[in-house]
Amino acid sequence: MIPASFDYESPKTLNEAITLLASREDAKLLAGGHSLLPAMKLRLASPALLIDLGRIGGLDYIRDSGETISIGALATHAAVAASRLLLASSPLLAQAACNIGDIQVRNRGTIGGSLAQAHPSADYPAAILALDANIVATSQSGERVIPAHSFFTGMFTTALRPDEIITEIRVPKTAGSGTVYKKFHHPASGYAVVGVAAVVRGATGKIDDVAIGITGVAEVAYRATAVEDALRGKPASAIAEAAKHAADKVEALGDNYASGDYRRHLAQVYTRRALQEALSSKRK
Amino acid sequence: MASNGKNNGKAKANGQWVGKRFKRKEDPRLVRGISHYTDDIKLPRLVHCVFVRSPHAHARIASINTEAARSQPGVLTVITSADIEGLGMIPCAMQMPDLKIPAHPALAKGRVRYVGEPVAVVVAEDAYTARDAAEMVAVDYEPLPVVLDIEKALQKESALIYQDFGTNKAFTHAMKSGDIEAAYKKADRVVKVRLINQRVAPTAMEPRSVVAEYLPGENRLTIWASTQIPHLLRTQVAIMVGLPEPAVRVIAPEVGGGFGSKLNVYAEDGVVPWLSMKLARPVKWTETRRESLMVTIHGRDTINYLELALKKDGTILGLRAKVLADMGAYHQLLTPLIPQLTALMLPGCYKIPAFDCEIVGVFTNKMSTDAYRGAGRPEAAYDIERIMDCAARELNLDAAKFRSKNFPQPREFPFTTAAGLLYDSANYQQSLKRALQLAGYDKLRARQKAGWKQGKYYGVGVSTYVEICAIGPSAATPAGGWESATVRIEPTGKVTVLTGASPHGQGQETTFAQLVADQLGINPDDITIIHGDTLAVPYGIGTFGSRGTAVGGTAVYYAVEKLKIKIAALAAHLLGAKPADIVIAHGRVGVKGNAKKSMPWGEIILAAYTARSIPAGFEPGMEATHFFEPSNFTFPFGTHICAVEVDPETGEIKIEKYVAVDDCGNVINPMLVDGQVQGGIAQGLSQALYEEMVYNEDGQPITGSLMDYAVPKAAHIPEFILDRTVTPTPVNPMGVKGVGEAGTIASTPCMVNAVCDALSPLGITNIDMPLKPERVWRAIAAAQAAVPPPAATTAKSARTARRTA
Ligand SMILES: Cc1cc2nc3c(=O)[nH]c(=O)nc-3n(C[C@H](O)[C@H](O)[C@H](O)COP(=O)(O)OP(=O)(O)OC[C@H]3O[C@@H](n4cnc5c(N)ncnc54)[C@H](O)[C@@H]3O)c2cc1C
Repeated sequence: MIPASFDYESPKTLNEAITLLASREDAKLLAGGHSLLPAMKLRLASPALLIDLGRIGGLDYIRDSGETISIGALATHAAVAASRLLLASSPLLAQAACNIGDIQVRNRGTIGGSLAQAHPSADYPAAILALDANIVATSQSGERVIPAHSFFTGMFTTALRPDEIITEIRVPKTAGSGTVYKKFHHPASGYAVVGVAAVVRGATGKIDDVAIGITGVAEVAYRATAVEDALRGKPASAIAEAAKHAADKVEALGDNYASGDYRRHLAQVYTRRALQEALSSKRK
Repeated sequence: MASNGKNNGKAKANGQWVGKRFKRKEDPRLVRGISHYTDDIKLPRLVHCVFVRSPHAHARIASINTEAARSQPGVLTVITSADIEGLGMIPCAMQMPDLKIPAHPALAKGRVRYVGEPVAVVVAEDAYTARDAAEMVAVDYEPLPVVLDIEKALQKESALIYQDFGTNKAFTHAMKSGDIEAAYKKADRVVKVRLINQRVAPTAMEPRSVVAEYLPGENRLTIWASTQIPHLLRTQVAIMVGLPEPAVRVIAPEVGGGFGSKLNVYAEDGVVPWLSMKLARPVKWTETRRESLMVTIHGRDTINYLELALKKDGTILGLRAKVLADMGAYHQLLTPLIPQLTALMLPGCYKIPAFDCEIVGVFTNKMSTDAYRGAGRPEAAYDIERIMDCAARELNLDAAKFRSKNFPQPREFPFTTAAGLLYDSANYQQSLKRALQLAGYDKLRARQKAGWKQGKYYGVGVSTYVEICAIGPSAATPAGGWESATVRIEPTGKVTVLTGASPHGQGQETTFAQLVADQLGINPDDITIIHGDTLAVPYGIGTFGSRGTAVGGTAVYYAVEKLKIKIAALAAHLLGAKPADIVIAHGRVGVKGNAKKSMPWGEIILAAYTARSIPAGFEPGMEATHFFEPSNFTFPFGTHICAVEVDPETGEIKIEKYVAVDDCGNVINPMLVDGQVQGGIAQGLSQALYEEMVYNEDGQPITGSLMDYAVPKAAHIPEFILDRTVTPTPVNPMGVKGVGEAGTIASTPCMVNAVCDALSPLGITNIDMPLKPERVWRAIAAAQAAVPPPAATTAKSARTARRTA
């Protein structure tokens, strides 16, 4: 497990990092390294320069910004999972984070790295989509706010430009809604075979609004809009039928562990269960 | 020597130390990470090598160009098969009348026959340079048709892996007893099942690693290797590289698990020493995890056709079996032996009047199979315990009662099985009873019935296993089944035990110390166990086949007994007493019935070395060696019970309870036995639920990393309820049987039985491993499509079902 040789820089400021990134085409940013380093060791990635973001201070915050919570790109999965602020006012992201990998992965991996990686079975994308979060990208030309729904563009691809660094994630508060992240773990990798993130707002028995993000099924996480449309303003009893549309119009991916058909089926079952749980968790 | 009859009772089951939960002496250095594995060995002028491996499952090698790699700065040499003409073949220790043993060169010659087969080796000053240069070795392959499926491989139209053999069949082996035709005629029912025991990867925590240092002046080769068999490896490597055996020293430093995969001699074991001899520099190779999954032997991989002939009342009349075993492309050390162990253990713990078994070994374009924890016995236990469950269901008998009906009675031991083995001792009824009690079996069954009515699928799996341990009498093993020990009491009174066993996680540094401490009346901390160095330890066989304590420990026991005779002779001389009256206990050597006449331990031992006053004919010093040849195997047994709930909507399996009652004879350290059982069960459950080495249609391994190949994490494994019964073996004086593999052997069928039991109302009789949720879900869907279930998954249809039922 020996990577090809590479240069290494560890800038102390965001500006330095941005300048370095713009100066070299064959450079890659290094955050927690829990996607990039394994890929390099297997020689699936061989960047000529690594720009380590780890020495840049002050990019791992999780803070209250009024309507939203702002999360620095270098916040680790463990920090997100344990954030009192998130757990109190927008728990979905924390619920997803505590399902990521194992302790070592959660202690090193970062939210910015996970989003930039855009792994088709990563957990955050489902939650980010369901929350309608915003992703802040910074480059020499300044800051750009990318809404979640236009951020993930395909398998391992995002709307980020090569010279941009994710600096912040802004998630809305979900007070008054029930949120649930339900995950079927791959027994080897720990990634999501299927992960369903649900945000449900409603009074007893009736669903006012609902948002569902699903990961693991298709080459990119998606919003289950057919289910959402079928449920807005409907009684809870509509959930079972609506959930059957969780993978409508989706090209499901299959592998040795789980076929596309099975993932599609799991998406339906897990969506139903997630919605039912979200509704009951809200009532508590 | 060992008696054949009753336990001669020389060693008590419990002493001051034996039988105690004594903490492992190995652990402080291991858990602090301050001990040394092979890859930790650093030597001056050490160079590193990387193997260039075949990306094809079957291909002709048209050409190899090593020029570019060779010209890299820091590269010392690049070798291919043409350079190692003098290096011997990779050995296979098996001999059988019709066994085909293909030539197995350490580097592929002309053809590659599995993905990962070594083709060239790059040696460089550092591992980075070697790895980079390895990518520059250009090999031109001409792909050939790939043979993967063992059933298709036996058909006439199949491509051949060895043209010369004219067949892909490696061997056939038949085993028969009783009159199987008569059994079928008498039978009310013949139950049939086809079972697949999938290919799995042993996945030791520490991958393989070899460091070799050849000193031309001294003509001495030292090899550090992550191995379970240092002496056998020394012999084989000496032959391969052409050095006299005394010139070769093998050291097994800390070894991070093996599970049978390091009971072997691999290409790298020969090539690395050979390179050190050529370069006159120390050479290191350490396997990557990818290589480990690809080119360290695999386990299992058999297709099993089973038929059980029965009377209506559940009496077994006969068992017929055909086992097709995937050998892979070449034979490693014991490849063809493994399925024969399956045949031997197929009758399980049952009285089977007629037995007819055929085994066929088949070559395929995959990595070789060989010994993996249990080695052939898990396959046997899986076969017999699965078909016992299928039979119970077909005859509408309770799985536990049906088994019990066919057990031999305790008084029938030693018991000769349908496969001709002599089981030493057992009480199957007792362990079954205890397990049923602990599991709350009747309650589980009642809940299961109630659950079905509510669309809940609860299942209970039972497996009453027996296995073959303490391998073994030499007559029944390919390379000697004995074990050696030298015990030396040093002038300071401290004890050095040199054992031919080669523990690599089992904890014999602890258990042997407990054993010797009791024999000599001293403290285990005053005893040091040395193993895994051929220069220090007399020739030994190694650790595998749950033999470490039962065979290796017994050798230690007898060596100590020899020393006790010597101590008694010296003490009698010094104390003016008869040797028969000498008592060795509590750190003193004294005379029976005379409290005043005694000497401290240290003084008597020192007297043996100063030798100023010794009896006539007394050899100075205090050292004894014993080579123990066991008279038989031992046969541990037990009952495992597992309760599960299957989610019919997703196929997910929840393990609710797992009970294991094991009987490994007398127990030296209950904590270590628990550890072996727990790890064993985890590994067995993992085969049932998660693990499978998958090759695609081109013969590419697609579960080639731990992101795809599922070994269980702590969260996958339930809490176990463990208990034991104790039926000592008469085969060795300590009455110990062995426990290294029992958990793995028992748990796999137990788990699958539980899931199939849960789904039995749907008419599901078998699902092949691993029981991935998707497979379970598909089986459920297929069954539901075929027959509407008696109770469906929603409350509403359950009500309807009840009405119509
Ligand atoms: C054993 C294991 C199990 C795992 N299980 C899961 C799981 O269950 N669920 C899950 O979601 N993930 C899982 N992961 C992946 C893990 O969450 C990674 O940490 C994450 O995907 C990447 O984050 P990182 O900080 O480690 O990024 P890195 O590996 O450092 O980088 C990943 C990519 O993002 C880029 N990048 C990093 N930071 C930024 C930034 N701020 N702006 C722009 N680009 C950036 C890098 O250049 C690189 O291309 C697992 C990983 C491992 C090793």
